[in-house]
Parts: sequence; structure tokens; C-alpha cells
Amino acid sequence: MSTTTAPAAAAPAIAKKPGGIGRAREFGILAALVLVVIAATVKNPAFLFSSDGWRDLLLTPSILMLVAVGQAIVIITRNVDLSVGSVMGLTAYLTGRLFVDVPGIPIVVVVIAAVLLGAFLGLVNGALVAFAKVPAMVITLGTLYAYRGINVLWTGSDRINASDMPKDFLALGTQQILFIPVLTIIAVIVLALAAWYLRNIRGGREYYAIGSDPSAAELYGLKVTRRVLSAFVLSGALAGLAGVFYAARYGSISSQAGSGWELDAVGAAVIGGIAITGGVGTVWGAAIGAMLLMTINRALPILGIPDFWQRAVVGVLIIGAIVLDRVLAVRQRRQLIEARDES
Amino acid sequence: MVDAASARSAPPTALELHRVVKSFGPVVALRSGSLTLRPGSIHALIGENGAGKSTLVKIMAGLYRRDSGDFRLHADDVDFTSTAQSKAAGIAVIYQEPTLFPDLSVTENIFMGRQPTGFLGRIDRKAMRTEVDRIFRRLGVTLDPDRITEGLSIADQQIIEIAKAISLDASVLIMDEPTAALSGVEVDRLFAVARSLRDEGRAILFISHRFDEVFDLCDTVTVMRDGAYIDTTPIAETTVDELVRQMVGRDVTELFPKQEAAIGEPLLEVTALTRPGVFHDISFTVRAGEIVALAGLVGAGRSEVARAIFGVDPYDEGEVRMLGAGVARRNPTAAMRSGLALVPEDRRKQGLVIDASVGGNITLAIRRRLSKWGLITSGIENRAAKEWASRLEVKTHALDTVASTLSGGNQQKVVLAKWLATDPRVLIIDEPTRGIDVGTKSEVHRLLSQLAGEGMGILMISSELPEVLGMADRVLVMREGRITAEISRDDATSENVMFAATHSSELHS
Repeated sequence: MSTTTAPAAAAPAIAKKPGGIGRAREFGILAALVLVVIAATVKNPAFLFSSDGWRDLLLTPSILMLVAVGQAIVIITRNVDLSVGSVMGLTAYLTGRLFVDVPGIPIVVVVIAAVLLGAFLGLVNGALVAFAKVPAMVITLGTLYAYRGINVLWTGSDRINASDMPKDFLALGTQQILFIPVLTIIAVIVLALAAWYLRNIRGGREYYAIGSDPSAAELYGLKVTRRVLSAFVLSGALAGLAGVFYAARYGSISSQAGSGWELDAVGAAVIGGIAITGGVGTVWGAAIGAMLLMTINRALPILGIPDFWQRAVVGVLIIGAIVLDRVLAVRQRRQLIEARDES
Repeated sequence: MVDAASARSAPPTALELHRVVKSFGPVVALRSGSLTLRPGSIHALIGENGAGKSTLVKIMAGLYRRDSGDFRLHADDVDFTSTAQSKAAGIAVIYQEPTLFPDLSVTENIFMGRQPTGFLGRIDRKAMRTEVDRIFRRLGVTLDPDRITEGLSIADQQIIEIAKAISLDASVLIMDEPTAALSGVEVDRLFAVARSLRDEGRAILFISHRFDEVFDLCDTVTVMRDGAYIDTTPIAETTVDELVRQMVGRDVTELFPKQEAAIGEPLLEVTALTRPGVFHDISFTVRAGEIVALAGLVGAGRSEVARAIFGVDPYDEGEVRMLGAGVARRNPTAAMRSGLALVPEDRRKQGLVIDASVGGNITLAIRRRLSKWGLITSGIENRAAKEWASRLEVKTHALDTVASTLSGGNQQKVVLAKWLATDPRVLIIDEPTRGIDVGTKSEVHRLLSQLAGEGMGILMISSELPEVLGMADRVLVMREGRITAEISRDDATSENVMFAATHSSELHS
């Protein structure tokens, strides 16, 4: 017979704290990231110690970081958003279009418009998931194609070029403050806000609760539908912001902008320790995961690994992360149960 | 005591249900539920499984909406459409099986959805922690508030549920068999807390199968039977015998006839089956012509044992033998070939292909045998299905009727037909009559008895005491993953079965 006193005393030190495992995971991938950077830099110092190398290290992952943070929030609620790449494409094109069609439009207005469009597209996703009671994977697979279709219809063979957009806006993509790219600073601020919200605000904790056990969440009287809806809106809005970043960074937007990013976003979240079954993980992990994913992509050619194998390495990374999580979870459960049975 | 009780009938009621009705499709779960809870009173609600207690609780919790009848809280009419409304109105429910978030900490589980907040809506973790420490001190537990709830024992999870209700400061506290998985010491502590909550003027509803607890703790008792209110009496004016008579209300043995059958050679032998944390050292034998009941409370590990024997779930130690030959682990096909059949508890999920036809369902498990050169014709299928459908009197116009449109009783018969078509030597049947009407119930019982008469061995898992007592040649009682008693048909009474199912080794007053 277990008593109420024993398990706490007998349980091993592992994972007694919420997120104990999560924090270990984040340090793990951070270490992996540092390792990759060091290896690539040793091989070619320009990887880190050149203005281009330094900028690429921080700038490119910043965009994926935003998308991965949104994706992480959705996955934490035990859903998934496969449409973020298409949302990025649409908002990136909207950004360019606004600069072309409304000369002299303030940059802030454009950013707000893109974020709002992203949030709206996320709202559509969330509403379909929450009210139609169809798994998010199916719904967002549908909107992935639907949003891309709208994009193709709208853009046609048109292409927005750097020359169509104001210099000030494009400067955002390259500008640095104290050697840190502006876009990276914005992305980190957004990341910190999201992390703070998820940790310290009721709504944020409810995302975890819903993902941990949806039926218990209903019993607790949590507003599950509204919460899930908001997760998709957040994911859409962040993808919208990422669309603006994309436009500023690359300066050239076709109807295929952002395609394939949804998989990178899911991959980054999973590598970063977000459990695909919901309820576990932090956006910090997802952000580091995004950084690792992008950096590996850039480091592998330098390390002399043929192009062909690069995607495979990413695949191994994702599967490895999932297997690791699974092994840790099983071991943790076993230890907790043994501790209980022994007491 | 009597005077105190009648004096208390004057003050306003905390919660009142009057002639509440709730049905699910054709199944009436609650015919007429009535209940009056008063502040400063601990009220017992008793009744057999299926008497409608849980339905009543779920209506109060806002989980179900009543079809008709009155529901008043502090003299105001209420009609909850969500658990949040019920909670906000001051009703806290502690369910038999706690529902917690396994990935979150103990503290977070207690405060989820209503955490204390400070500046900018920031959750005040310190305040949360202080409150948890205060509640745990009051409950006398030393559970680590920061650990995740994954892997906690039911008893510990229960403590968290109680802490939740206390922190909610509920005026009505409903406890649905909270002591089912607690040890004697824990029960005493719970009772002390319940009494102090009562003395603060809260109304408490206590659902339990243990009469000693009811008489120890409660001041009033309401009996329910077959979905209806029977009687409410002050506890001092009634006796255990009187309550049992009101609960059962009929002669147990007449309803559940088991024909005498010659008990033959051992068919199924289970030795020392163990799966840590789920069940331990399970050993028993089922003989030809014998019905062995596996009794116990929900969550005692009975279904898990059945699933392990049939090879659906793994087990770590022990052995299963059929007719003297070992049965492979984790291999339902081998189990079927050895002559075992399992009719699971949840028909819709595990027993039936709900969107397939009746005929298709019946022949599902014997398709290989029916097929000729790997092909199956509808003619062969229909002949085989027809035989069993008529033998079990499945009420349907045609064998191509879709299974989901049948009533619960007929669905159960289809599942039975499917497994009987495999010609098993031993039939394991989990809750054979849950959720089916009384008429079909007795048909199922008659059929089981007949099958035993033909020499089949039957292992019947059942939570319904009359069914266990009426049908079984032998009763095995499980509690918390262990067999705690083996009682022969002649010796089995509701008291000794219930005792073995609920009592921990250490006794409390």
C-alpha cells in the first residue's frame, strides 16, 4: 500500500520539478548547437568570424524561430499547424504588394496588416479544428493547400523584387545594433514574451493542461475551445510576422515563398523538446531547435557532407529527438511506479 | 442524534434535486432522482452499481444536463451547462477516478484555471505554494507540491482532488467513493477533514459502498435503486439490514439462475501473473462447466488481468495454460487458437466493428476458417452468421443491418455471437450486462448458464453484486491488483464480497 508520504521522499531526483526534463533537453540541444558551430568554425573560421557568417548565424534562424514558437504553442495543446508555410507566403506577398500599391505607406502599418492577416488565417484554422472537431493535422493540411492556392491565384507569375520595396524596410533585414541583427532582436523579444506568457499567465498554463489531458481540462471547466482557437491565432500571427521578416530578408517574393517551412517548424519544435502528444516543452526549446536546424543546414556543406545527405541528417535529428523523449518518458514512468510500489 | 437531525431539517437547504430524469437515447439512466443536502450535514448516498448515483453526481457537476425535474442551489433554480458553472456556483466534485494533468505539478493541478494572479495577471507562485502548504498541513500530507502527478498512486491523486475542493472553498462537496482506494489511516484523515468541513457549515455528499463508513461519518442517508429515489432517513433511525433491503429490493437469486452443471477438468490455469503497478501474483483455475466471477471495484485491475490472459496486454511474470499447454504472451491469435475468447467491456470500441453489418461482425473472428482458398463468399458468411444470430435471438430485421443502429443489449449479443462462433473452450466476459436493459440482461445470463452447462468454462468480470452472487460457482475478489479472497458459491454473500473488495488489511473503526 502506498502512503502519501513515501513517494515524494522515495522518488528519485529526476523530473520531480515540472519541466525538469525539459530544461535538461534545452541544455542538450544548446550544447549540440555550440558543438556544430565550433566544428564548422574550426573547419572554416569564416563560418563565425566574418560579418556574413555572423549575420547568417543569427538572421536566418530568426525567421524560423518565430514560426517554431507559434508551432510549439499549437503542439503543446495537442494539435499541429501545417499551414504556417502557406500563411508566411501570403503575408510576405501582402507585404510586398502593399509597398507597391500604396507608395509611402508606413512600415509599421504594413507589419500590422501582415500580422492581422496571419492571425485571421490562424483563426480560420482554429475555428475549423475547434468547431468541426476534425483533427488539426487534417484541417491544416487542407488549409496548407488552400492558402497556397489563394497565393498562386493572387500572385500569378508576378514577383515582388527588392527594387519594389523601400530602402528603409530592406535595411531592417541587414541592420545590426551592437553586432546583433535587428530582426534577431525582434524575434528574441517575441520569444521572451511568449515564454513569459506560457509560464506565468493562466492562459499559458491552460495550453499545457489541455495538451496534457483534454478530457480532464473539460472536467476542470477550462474553456478548451477558446484556448485552442487562440493557439492557432497566435501561430498564424507569428507566421504573419515571419512573412514580413521573409520579405525584408530576401527582398524577393514569389508565389512559392515560405513553402516547406511548416515541416521545418514542426521539426524545430520536436527537436527542441516539445512533445508531439502535447503538454510538455518550452518555446525556448523550440527556438533553440530552430537555430540548430538552420545552423546544421549551413554547417554540413562546410563540414564536407554532400548535399544529398544533409536532409537525411535533419531526419535523423528529428527521429533521435523523438526516440530520446520516449525513452526518457518510459524510464521516468517506470521509476515513479517502482518508487510507489516499493513504498 | 435524532433530535439533532430533525432540528437540522428546519434550516434552508444547500442543494435540492427533485424528480430529476436523465436518459441516453433509449436507455434511462435516471428515472426519478431526488436528493436534499443541508448545510452542516454529511449525507450518504447509497445504491448498487447502476442505481443512478453517478448520473446524479454528473448532473450536479454540470457534466450532464437533466431532461426534466427541479434542481435548486441555495433555493435558486439552476441549470448548469458546463462544469465551470457548477464550480463557480460552489459545487466541488471528487470523482472516484481522479482526473489530473499528468505532465503538470501537484500545485498546478490544484489551481489550474483559477491561479492567484498579481501584477499584469502574472501567476503568483508564492501565494499558490503557501496555500498548498496550508492545505497539505491541514490534510496532514507531505506530498511534494512541485513533482508532476504522473505516476502517483490513486490515493495520492485523491488527496490532490480533495485539496482542490478545499482550495475552491466549495459550499457543496460531493465525494464519489473517495475511500475506494485509500488505506485505513488515509480514510481516518479524510473523515477528520470531512467533519471539520461540515462544522464550517458546508453540505457534504458522501457516496460509498462501505456501510461502516456510512454509519461512522454520515448523519443522513438516501437510498437509490434502479435509477430512482427510494428513501431518506436519519442515520440513527436505520440499520444496515434495512438499508441493504432498500438497496436490493428483490430476491437476488431468482433473477440470476445458474443451472447446475457438472464441473469437469481444469481448462484455464493462470499462475502468478504479475505486471508491476497493475496486478500482482494472480493465480486461479477455470474448470469446464464452471462460471468463475472476478469481482471487485472499478480500477481493481480485473480487466487488465483479462487482457493480459488473452494476450492483448503484456505481463512480466507468471504463466497462462490452456488444457495443460502454455499460451504465448502478447499474442491474441495464439490465445484464440488455444480456445480462449474475450468479450471486452467497451463494446463500441473494442468488441464491435460498429459500422459493419451484423453478419460481418459475427463472422469476423472466423473468417479464416470460413474462407475457401482464401476467398470468402457472402453465402458462407450468411449461413454461419444466421446460426448464431438466431441462437442468441439478436433482434434485427436482417443480417446486413449496421451494428451501430442496434440497442446495447443486441450489440452485446452480436459480440457474444462473434466469439462463440470461434467455438471457444473458455469464455472471458467483461461486464456482460453493463448498460443493457433488464430483459436482455436475463437472456444473457440464461445463455451464459447454458454455455457452462455445455461444458464451457466462463470467467466473468462483473461489478454488479447480484449478478456475481447469482451466476458464479466461485467468486474471486480483486482489490488494488491482487486477489484478496476466493469464495465458493455457498459461502458468498454481498457482505463478504464487498468486504474483500474494499477493505485494506488494516482495519479502522
